[in-house]
Amino acid sequence: MDSELHEIVVTVNGTRYQRRAEARMLLSDFIRHELLLAGTHVGCEHGVCGACTILFDGLPTRSCLMLAAQANGHEIMTVEGLAPVEGPLHPLQQAMHDHHGLQCGYCTPGILMTMTAFLAEHPSPSEIEVREALSGNLCRCTGYQHIVDAVLTAAARMRS
Amino acid sequence: MKPAAFKYIAAASLDHALKLKADHGDDARFLAGGQSLIPMLNFRIAQPRVLIDLSALTRLSYVAHENSAILRIGALTRYRTLERDPLIAEALPLVREALPHIAHPQIRNRGTLGGNLAHADPASELPAIVLALEGRLRAQSVAGERWIDARNFFVAPLTTALQVDEMLIEVQLPARPARSGFCFMEIARRRGDFALMGVAIAMTLGVFGRCSQARVVLCGAGDTPVDVSEAAGGLIGQNLDNAAISHVATLVQKAIDPPGNIHANKGFQRHLAGVLVERGLRIALERAHHG
Repeated sequence: MDSELHEIVVTVNGTRYQRRAEARMLLSDFIRHELLLAGTHVGCEHGVCGACTILFDGLPTRSCLMLAAQANGHEIMTVEGLAPVEGPLHPLQQAMHDHHGLQCGYCTPGILMTMTAFLAEHPSPSEIEVREALSGNLCRCTGYQHIVDAVLTAAARMRS
Repeated sequence: MKPAAFKYIAAASLDHALKLKADHGDDARFLAGGQSLIPMLNFRIAQPRVLIDLSALTRLSYVAHENSAILRIGALTRYRTLERDPLIAEALPLVREALPHIAHPQIRNRGTLGGNLAHADPASELPAIVLALEGRLRAQSVAGERWIDARNFFVAPLTTALQVDEMLIEVQLPARPARSGFCFMEIARRRGDFALMGVAIAMTLGVFGRCSQARVVLCGAGDTPVDVSEAAGGLIGQNLDNAAISHVATLVQKAIDPPGNIHANKGFQRHLAGVLVERGLRIALERAHHG
């Protein structure tokens, strides 16, 4: 079968990368194994759990439901891009910390990427809207309540 | 959970994509938003030798009036675009109401109308809606184009009337007429899951507020979207009341033979169909009186 390599030029968190990858390589694996950005987690690999959510051209997207080759020429943001290595956390990261919005942390990068984009579009969300927006990200530890609290707190802090 | 190997070709234009499909035939699949196809590749349920990526065909993303009565939607229009399009909200309330039920926001950011219809999952929302609205689908190949009525498009689970060299490029749906009411509802175990049962209803009122048209289509009830409008035939020409609507729900329950699955057996699916048809008809009627 075809194992031809595709040239992929992609901007991730403001940095331009150039790599070669097989057609069948998923974008999630490309980000983790080729770019060595292991903050993007891989859960179900069929679009249900949301752990691998990234921003693709600014929009939350399942990186396990895209091919790396499709990212050629596009812009990606992963959890590593939310806050500088040395410096304050993103307000949502800080609120997740304050509210104990994570336990094992496996789902957290996907939730952060989904909800930072949500907050940018909905600066004053209701609790129901937050839960609706969270519906595509599974968390088996928290029962979601602390995540919802964190998102509402982050929204309030970002408004003020 | 990794796809089998395939050749990936990013089509540069519609002509290029159609030529590739004509050349590779059944060995090739079109990749639109990929939100159903890539899971199938990951599970290796689908193992095409060639994937033709349509991402660059942005000219197939549009919502426009064909004329005052008909809207045309490009096959590569993403759910996200449809959700935010004022024309859809105004002229196709049934489509607008169903969109939030389709998976999750992350999926809706990439999934496309045409990809959904060509995938033809019998539990999916949009096939039922296109059938309820009696839409038309435009297929194109290197040989030319043809129109397929929605009632002839969905042939079997994951199987459409599209020929091997054809691509679905546009969908035309009638804009909401005056005095019409619509309703889409579904029951799923969790938000965004596949519907255990769903209903799409389009109703129009005529003289003296009598029902002049009632279209009722179920999703999740069979091998394709299931048109049960015949059961609502007794409503035509009538002033509708709750008793008449309840009677239709009972007829629908008798008419269908749902497949049953691990989340809902046949009996429960039949029950859900009755409940949804009854509730949906009441809501559509109420909306038709005000619209």
